[in-house]
Amino acid sequence: MTAEAAPPGPGIPAKYSDAHSGDDTSPGGGLGGIDHGKSRARALKNSIATVLIWGAFFIALIPLVWILWTVLSKGLQPVLHVNWWEKDQSGAGAPAFDHNLRGARHAIVGTLLMGLATAVIAVPIAVLTAIYLVEYGSSPFARIVSFMVDIMSGIPSIVAALFVYAVWVTTFHWTLLPIASSLALTMLMIPVVTRSTEEMLKLVPNELREASYALGVPKWKTILRIVLPSCLSGVITGGLLGLARVMGETAPLLLLASYTQYLNQNLFHGSMAALPTMINDQALNINVHIAEQRVWGAACTLILLVLGINLLGRLIGHFTKVKR
Amino acid sequence: MSSVTGASFTDETPGPEGEPPLRGDRASTGRLGDRLFGGMTRLAGGVVLAIVVLVGVFLVVRAIPALRANHADFFTSTEWSTSPLKFGIVQLLWTTVATSVIALVIAVPFSIAIALFLGFYAPRWLAQPAAAIIDLLAAVPSIVYGLWGAYIVAPQFAHVQSWIQDAFGWIPLFGRVPGISGGTTIFFVGVVLAIMILPIITALSREVFAQTPMTQREGAIALGATKWEMLRTTVLPFGRPGVISASMLGLGRALGETIAVMLILSTLPQGANWSWSLFNGGSTFASNIAANAPESISDTRQMGAYIAAGLVLFILTFVVNAIARIIIERRKAFSE
Repeated sequence: MTAEAAPPGPGIPAKYSDAHSGDDTSPGGGLGGIDHGKSRARALKNSIATVLIWGAFFIALIPLVWILWTVLSKGLQPVLHVNWWEKDQSGAGAPAFDHNLRGARHAIVGTLLMGLATAVIAVPIAVLTAIYLVEYGSSPFARIVSFMVDIMSGIPSIVAALFVYAVWVTTFHWTLLPIASSLALTMLMIPVVTRSTEEMLKLVPNELREASYALGVPKWKTILRIVLPSCLSGVITGGLLGLARVMGETAPLLLLASYTQYLNQNLFHGSMAALPTMINDQALNINVHIAEQRVWGAACTLILLVLGINLLGRLIGHFTKVKR
Repeated sequence: MSSVTGASFTDETPGPEGEPPLRGDRASTGRLGDRLFGGMTRLAGGVVLAIVVLVGVFLVVRAIPALRANHADFFTSTEWSTSPLKFGIVQLLWTTVATSVIALVIAVPFSIAIALFLGFYAPRWLAQPAAAIIDLLAAVPSIVYGLWGAYIVAPQFAHVQSWIQDAFGWIPLFGRVPGISGGTTIFFVGVVLAIMILPIITALSREVFAQTPMTQREGAIALGATKWEMLRTTVLPFGRPGVISASMLGLGRALGETIAVMLILSTLPQGANWSWSLFNGGSTFASNIAANAPESISDTRQMGAYIAAGLVLFILTFVVNAIARIIIERRKAFSE
């Protein structure tokens, strides 16, 4: 490998060269006494690599800054109006440009409710699965479950929605309810929370468990009382990151939760709006001023919500880590 | 509870999860409790397993009636129509794979470079915040990527695109497609998808790079390697399986991305001519389902066609993720 930059010195047998031992120790190599041409080429390569690697990072910042700038500059104005948080969008058929029509309460409430319902279903399953994989799992069954968690994390959200549709509508002939979207989102949240909980459980030192067993504490109590509390912050972090992910999901809602302009606070009745579906609905007439404001306002609200939850999760993880 | 360790630990970080079982504390009932709790965790694992299996089963079962009634060949037709049922996956498959591969080709070199930056180049004070910033890219909801791509970047990208077409238009992949203007093409969707999968590939690559044995890295430096040579001879070879599997996971994400693709990509009119050009419009599996399925949501027969498309997408992502997983497992087996 290094041989490409500077071929092995004359005294070194070729058989040693793939152990990278020859060239660099020879005086003509890295220590740079005699053979200036080669070492300059190597130094140049090194500098080019450094520049490219730094450059890659700064190029990656461009989209992030651009997105945040776009969303904040276009969306902050409607969001800062109090009606945005207090009114829903009902009566939108009336003449536009009225502040009363610029509310997004229905969508904000819908996003929060569906997200919470998802978390309530997903977190217990995910935490128990993680406990199973770490504390009980060494059987072939555990290996299959672990594999399935990976597969589940790869299931596209639209496929999760189709699955819920195939069960809910095609098979049981039920009408679609907001909770159906939560079920689809659950499938996206479980792997996130399972993996992060697993990571945290693995960090708990085995001595703690052994000390507990030595005192005669049964295994289940050891887990609930000693292992889980010592990694609770990790579980919360995972839950918040998972919540942030599902709140920003759009695809399942397109299929399972038809958009409505009215506030609905019942997960088991009617249809419920959400910020992503509000964006999607209004994006159709984005050339109209009020629709444009709604689109970017909803995008701004969504991004603030998701980034806020995300940062909260990371902060909790960060600070509890320092303490430990 | 007689356990000193337990008491002290819960005092430090009291957890609601830990409280309830303590009340019925009698060490001798441990065996029943163990069986119950162990059973519960196993049940949760079983639920996960069951969901994945059921996804496969339900998609197959619900796709069959539509596939039976299909008037076109599912695997070779480029048409997509649900009334009458006449649908094939060729166009969807091409668009899906083309966008994802473009995304991967762009994202992987960037991700490797950024992972190296975070692990080996960034000064200590910058490494942590920089990693958090890259992770923020993953936290941006995909619909925001879609909005940003479709309404802000695409008009700008149209210039770049026409420049590429002027220079390389003689290659069929970059040819002009009549009726498709603006930047909302397969190629541009690939670029946006690249940004979306960049954080996941970066995070995983960074993790495996950090696991490179210190002895190898120090050895390379001690032998006089420059920093880049050290990275190239120790870190990159060591991390290669990890990078490959991270790329596969990123590919899986790109294949299944829905709303960003749907908002950005121009759709083709019914019966449009086939074109290999990357500057064509089209639909991916996911964007096609999301854009058109809501119209036939009440007709389970028509939905069958979309479920069939979803099944193909599921199989694609399943295979890609399984490969990623197998690569990771093999590497674990070697390194231990």
